Amino acid sequence: MSAKTEFVYVTYISATPQKVWDAITTPEFTSQYWGKNMVSNWKPGSKWDMASTDGLNHVNMTGEVLESRAPSRLVISWVSPENLGNAGETSRVTFEIEAMGDVVRLNVIHDQLNAGSEMAKGISGGWPRVLSGLKSFLETGKGLDIKSCSTSKAA
Amino acid sequence: MVTDEDKVFKALADTSRRQLLDRLRRKNGQTLQELCEGHDMSRQAVTKHLNLLEEANLVATTKRGREKLHFLNPVPINEIYMRWIGKFEQGRVQALHNLKQALQEKDQ
Repeated sequence: MSAKTEFVYVTYISATPQKVWDAITTPEFTSQYWGKNMVSNWKPGSKWDMASTDGLNHVNMTGEVLESRAPSRLVISWVSPENLGNAGETSRVTFEIEAMGDVVRLNVIHDQLNAGSEMAKGISGGWPRVLSGLKSFLETGKGLDIKSCSTSKAA
Repeated sequence: MVTDEDKVFKALADTSRRQLLDRLRRKNGQTLQELCEGHDMSRQAVTKHLNLLEEANLVATTKRGREKLHFLNPVPINEIYMRWIGKFEQGRVQALHNLKQALQEKDQ
């Protein structure tokens, strides 16, 4: 078995746990700061998909909901569609949402990743962007660059 | 008032602390013991630096049994990046960065 690696990301957001939960689990929100639709009923055992927002619903990441305790804890498996069912290529993402006074501490732990893999490289660039986008979206209502990007395409 | 951003800049304004982040970048999830190895800093100094980095949210920690693991948390740096570098400059800044890297590799 190849060596595994993990990443831990933390961000503090001025919002309620429920708002953070909704922002992660609702496609109308994720499309605005993540640039993807995160689609599932978020019940343990259900499938989840990360789908494109261009109307083609191209799925570029998928997995299963392993644990779901709104609004404080969500654990999902994480695999690219071509590796679905391949345990060696499947990693795990844990969202921990914790109220601390008037802010929320959001921990994202992405573990069981193959060290040095393209997936590990990709997500280590991806999560910081997604999480600062999420923070900005909840605190200012703007999802950073995603909107300006799509506007420029339309223009 | 000390803002979160002040803490980030203060934490980054130190060679030793930047080196600790470099080490976590190379190998994420290290213990205090691992981070002290091959360092001429005392254990106390490393602990102090790590506390400052954690307070600035540049280092995230988890408990694994009796051990505390340290992870590089670049989210606050990304916030700073997004503040001054917009979507349209990203490509050009990246191109310049790549050019600089390529030229420096040639020199070596």
